[in-house]
Amino acid sequence: MTNDTTSSPGFVGASPETQWDLWEVFTQEGQGAPHEHAGSVHATTAEHAMQNARDVYARRGKVVSLWVVPSVSIVASAPSDAGPLFDPGNDKAYRHPQFYKTPRGVRGL
Amino acid sequence: MSADGGNREQGTGNRTAADSWVAGARPTTATSGITENPLFEYLLRLADDRLVLGHRLSEWCGHGPILEEDIALANIALDFIGQASMLLKLAGDVEGKGRTDDMLAYFRDAIEFRNVQLVELPNGDFATTIVRQFLFDAWDVLVLERLTSATNEQLAGIGAKALKEAKYHLRHSAEWVRMLGDGTVESHRRAQQALDALWPYTAELFLTDDIERQAVAAGVGVDVESLRPRWRQTVEQVFGEATLTIPKDGFAPRGGRMGRHTEHLGRMLADMQSLARAHPGATW
Repeated sequence: MTNDTTSSPGFVGASPETQWDLWEVFTQEGQGAPHEHAGSVHATTAEHAMQNARDVYARRGKVVSLWVVPSVSIVASAPSDAGPLFDPGNDKAYRHPQFYKTPRGVRGL
Repeated sequence: MSADGGNREQGTGNRTAADSWVAGARPTTATSGITENPLFEYLLRLADDRLVLGHRLSEWCGHGPILEEDIALANIALDFIGQASMLLKLAGDVEGKGRTDDMLAYFRDAIEFRNVQLVELPNGDFATTIVRQFLFDAWDVLVLERLTSATNEQLAGIGAKALKEAKYHLRHSAEWVRMLGDGTVESHRRAQQALDALWPYTAELFLTDDIERQAVAAGVGVDVESLRPRWRQTVEQVFGEATLTIPKDGFAPRGGRMGRHTEHLGRMLADMQSLARAHPGATW
């Protein structure tokens, strides 16, 4: 799969003439917390996207910071890549931390 | 109208310059339906601008041009209605006749409303709604900045809370004015048409009278005349960026502060007040 707009998350397949650009919204709910994906908005400019993100995702709750990112800037993995990329390798038990026993005397783990 | 209120313990403890002013002063201009309590009158002006504009914006709910803007307009409408609720509660306390914010919102007729005519005009198209909003927001931020230093602590507190909201309103409406004015041929045409139609109504925002002068003298009110140069600066800058032309000043409708309104307010109130009047005292 090529890296075109159809691989962007949330793409709805609407006509580009009648839909504004799609932006992905990330919200942070406290200092030091990670910015987490909240959803997406349509907007014409970065400022417009910021305002729409605020109105749709940040008016309630305790959001302290917002990121908006043009959806086309996100490179997404394709469903067909799931096997090669994400096969957890459950047959190789030693890849998982649970495989190892904590030595006696180790504290603070 | 319980949204964002929460400020019910009022009427005691806060003896300010405003209180002595209320007790002593009388407005010297006789006007229709004006009561003899200038602080009450002044609070109604502040509240009614917000109540009426908030209701107008709420009419967009479900009709916005796009989902995100539909939500934005509803958010802004709720901000204004919340501000109106706080101001009407304070007004009811100042009046001292036991009228609640709901009673003042739903059981006064058009002649008793004190809002400027600008905010009662029909929404028109989206450009009209946005240009009106921008003209009001640019004024509102300046008014609220001054209100935060009012000698009445409750009013100053309401002003501080509302100012945060108003700064966002202005950012939102100014951005839309730029997008519409400097957008397509059609959006520019509609935005210019809206500005031409609404501009005359902005003069009323800066009119002052004895009630406002007394409010200013008592440290409660805002001298709106003095805000005009800064307002003019803001709107000139944004309309310039939006490639829109400010019309020449000419005939300027007035009278809203005295209860003289356009035909549109009565119809809007009939809609807004019908439920509360059909079921007085109902809660939900």
